[in-house]
Amino acid sequence: MSRPDLLAGRVALVTGASRGIGAAIAKALVEAGATVWLAARTEGSLDATLATLNGLGAGEARALYFDVADPAAIKQAFGTIQKADRRLDVLVNNAGILKASMIEMASVEMMDETYQVNLRSVLVASQYAARLMARNGGGSIINLTSIMGAQGFAGQAVYAASKAGVIGVTKSLAKEFAARQIRVNAIAPGAIDTALIEGLSEEKRQETVASIGMGRLGTPEDVAALGVFLSSDAASYITGQVIGVDGGMVV
Amino acid sequence: MAEDLHEIVARALMLDRSAITDDLKYNSIPEWDSVAHMALIAELEAAYDVMLDTDDIVAMSSVGTIREILKKYDVEA
Repeated sequence: MSRPDLLAGRVALVTGASRGIGAAIAKALVEAGATVWLAARTEGSLDATLATLNGLGAGEARALYFDVADPAAIKQAFGTIQKADRRLDVLVNNAGILKASMIEMASVEMMDETYQVNLRSVLVASQYAARLMARNGGGSIINLTSIMGAQGFAGQAVYAASKAGVIGVTKSLAKEFAARQIRVNAIAPGAIDTALIEGLSEEKRQETVASIGMGRLGTPEDVAALGVFLSSDAASYITGQVIGVDGGMVV
Repeated sequence: MAEDLHEIVARALMLDRSAITDDLKYNSIPEWDSVAHMALIAELEAAYDVMLDTDDIVAMSSVGTIREILKKYDVEA
């Protein structure tokens, strides 16, 4: 899906954009003509991606380095966007961490870190995004949740809790922001072929594939296509939804 | 010259400019509820090109305090 006019003139921010689903969404938004701020924690980690995206001849890619676990850093990032573009049309809250652990072995530090990165960052970024979006008559916030948020998963109670929280944020803010024409939706990817999956054993991987109706892992591009749609005016009457991209894993 | 604060408040709260004074308080009239407060914050940020801290948004409890708080951001409203 490459339509360089679909998001022309729109400004987007994608967190966790250095790899996986975040990188794919950022690329798809640039291909659709948007100016996209790619956010990542590690300085320099976006250099190669930026060079590629800016060579596409579509939208524009820019880098922003900050840690979503740090609310002051989030504020500063939005300040940068405000100064540069004076608008924000799309926010993709994608940055997240996943640390598997049986609950008896999960440390309080790991719980707090997961909450700060996966959930609090969504709340804080939404505070600033809403105000920037409201100035220009609306926008679209897209939160990455997970199939685990609604379904649960053994060994993933902490991660699942954070992702269930994201669903609560999504539905609440959809209601709170509707009058300001800011749409808030969540994408719930199933098993997507990214670094998060690479850690699985071959046996577990095959078991996972067998549980997918379509018989294959998803690709980051499968998820990105929905990101573009939700960012665009084609989705202008869709808000408060949690949409699975999972090849029939959950029906 | 920055836009007049009373003008901005009137527009955000959809009131006549003559109804706005520095003594007007948040939640003292139906037009200035929490939803309208968010519209007002967006108007202020756009008009004065600032990004307000959450604490300041909460502290903006009257037109007068808004004027005071904006000084922190080098805005003479």
